[in-house]
Amino acid sequence: MMDQDACQPSPGAPCPSGENNGRREFLGAAVAAVATALTGCGKLSKEEFLQHNFRELSKEEVLTVIERLEKEYKEKYGKDVKVANTPALPGVMFGYALDLSRCIGCRRCVHACVKENNQSRDPEIQWIRVLEMEKEEGVNLQVAEQYYNPAEVPREGHFYMPVQCQQCKKPPCVKVCPVGATWKEKDGIVVVDYNWCIGCRYCMAACPYGARHFNWGEPNLPSKDVNTDTHYLGNRPRAKGVVEKCTFCVQRTRKGLYTACVEVCPTGSRKFGNLLDKESEIRYVLENKRVFKFKEELNTQPNFFYFYGV
Amino acid sequence: MTTLRNFSRFITDTLRMITTGGPVYYLWVGFLLLLIAFGANAYIGQIHNGLLVTNMRDQVSWGFYIGNFTFLVGVAAAAIMLVIPAYIYDWEPIKEITILGEMLAISALVMCLGFVMVDIGRPDRFWHIMPLVGRLNWPQSMLAWDVLVLNAYLVLNYFVVTYLLYCAYTERHYVKKLVTPLVLLSIPMAVSIHTCTAYLYNGLASRPFWNSAILAPRFLASAFCSGPAILLILLQILRKTTKLSIKDEAIFKIAELMAYTMGFNLFLTAAESFKELYSGTEHMVYFQYLLFGLKGHNTLVPYAWASIIFGAIAFILFLVPKTRTNWVTLNIGCVLIYASVYIEKGMGLIIPGLTPDALGEIYVYTPSITEISVAAGIFALGFLVFTLMLKAAVPMMLGEFTISRGRKGAQPAKSDGHA
Repeated sequence: MMDQDACQPSPGAPCPSGENNGRREFLGAAVAAVATALTGCGKLSKEEFLQHNFRELSKEEVLTVIERLEKEYKEKYGKDVKVANTPALPGVMFGYALDLSRCIGCRRCVHACVKENNQSRDPEIQWIRVLEMEKEEGVNLQVAEQYYNPAEVPREGHFYMPVQCQQCKKPPCVKVCPVGATWKEKDGIVVVDYNWCIGCRYCMAACPYGARHFNWGEPNLPSKDVNTDTHYLGNRPRAKGVVEKCTFCVQRTRKGLYTACVEVCPTGSRKFGNLLDKESEIRYVLENKRVFKFKEELNTQPNFFYFYGV
Repeated sequence: MTTLRNFSRFITDTLRMITTGGPVYYLWVGFLLLLIAFGANAYIGQIHNGLLVTNMRDQVSWGFYIGNFTFLVGVAAAAIMLVIPAYIYDWEPIKEITILGEMLAISALVMCLGFVMVDIGRPDRFWHIMPLVGRLNWPQSMLAWDVLVLNAYLVLNYFVVTYLLYCAYTERHYVKKLVTPLVLLSIPMAVSIHTCTAYLYNGLASRPFWNSAILAPRFLASAFCSGPAILLILLQILRKTTKLSIKDEAIFKIAELMAYTMGFNLFLTAAESFKELYSGTEHMVYFQYLLFGLKGHNTLVPYAWASIIFGAIAFILFLVPKTRTNWVTLNIGCVLIYASVYIEKGMGLIIPGLTPDALGEIYVYTPSITEISVAAGIFALGFLVFTLMLKAAVPMMLGEFTISRGRKGAQPAKSDGHA
């Protein structure tokens, strides 16, 4: 059906079929060859093709997979990318709150997120979308503008509402995925196994927040821009044809750091913490401010809150 | 042993029959193969470059492929629904009608699965969705349900068709105790494939255009219009070009039943439109985008109105006995209702479901050249499957080609050369 030689492997990536595969079973190799043709690039190894869902892998298998991924990234980007698989910490449920009265719509969070999470640069995939709203209208999506571009923000008569994955307690995206490639972790983060996603985009149709993004083409991530501190379920470089989304910077937050968007926000509009910790800032916000959930009528029950701090 | 030998003869004779035919037959098959090659070429480009070569984007993440898929599920379902009146009215050519409907269903399903396959971003991971081998998120995901029922329906129809033809070929009467329950089973199965496909959209609270309780009934009603329309035209062609005897009354009876479903379909559409437009909540924007355009974007408007007007005209043509029994107006009605449902259950369903998107953005989607080329290839594949099946099936159904008669040297499709 397709000439494999016509594919252009990326520079420096040796063709896996050239390796000594004497021990490999014939069937697996043959199936992988057909599958390679279907991906449209000559880089699909048998191991990658036959890899099972992340949640079904044993500890040893996970380590083998991570080793393989790190090798692939090294070949592709010429950098030592570290792929962690830090599990959810016990007693942690992450929550987020965003102060609509402080946000000025500068979009620093948008760009910090892209830098941190290894998104495709061109076309750029943005996990945070900032909506410019009219003050007189309140939160009204029909008059929201995502492509605002004034000389200076905030613009007179407008307020700004950043939207990203709301990490729902009842995520519709997880419910609809036909292959269980996306799920909710114990600390409340909804993650995607990029190696299991088939790219059907049903989750994108199901998400009420436009929080899921698809790699329509080969992700364009220059080597110099690669963030080498990654997580299997988070910001490791993705491939063409799979869905990705905000993971509350799982590679950072499971190490006790803030998310990139919280850290960069110049106005302190973004609050993040452990909902189970009574002393946390997020609990303070819930206790002392009046919060609302975006599209609360859909009963997705986000762990992401909006509030008016001033 | 005899059965095995007979079956292998059945296979080889069928293969021989579909590879020999008159010039018209070769020309038609050649044309379809050319279209398939054209589509395959476009698909290879899509595999290389990713779905970037389509005009789908994050805002409108499903488009032409899924629209065609949805429409064709309706055709697959409705083709078999003709069996119901066939049984109720106990027609003479019941066997032929059943088998034709089943072959149409098989072809439609081949196209459905083709459209799903070209839509997914990672076709190399198709095995992830296979039960037992992969990890099917059943019963949670409606897509998992749809995969199961569509494939079960395909297998069921394929088995019945093969069995009936094999019996005709070996000059035996089919075992009624086996066929009748299977054919009757295919009726609820047909309902289930279209209901599952409707639920696939219906269950998404994030998309108010789809999140309506009458979506599944609307799917069924519109399918009962478009599916029989194809069969009506097909029956007329077949009785002209072959010796298949299909009575006028049979055709007129189908047309009469179609008139009722058309009326019901229009009523449901009106009910939905009324609820959205009269109550005028913020959910109205999707209907506005479809019917009147929104913020200056009105790509869908002419199509939406064409669909409604075609549907209304076809309804009148089928309702009035005089026009229903006139071949010209009957066939015009068939084409009109087919076009109407193709718009309504294709792009007219998918695009306003996703526009404006979840954050209120309007992304104007029109299919790209690649999408149209790939779709043409898949349609050609479906037509090819149907043509080849008909080519072998018609002489077998007529008893012109059997294990004893077919072997006597005569060219299999001698009777007409083109089935």
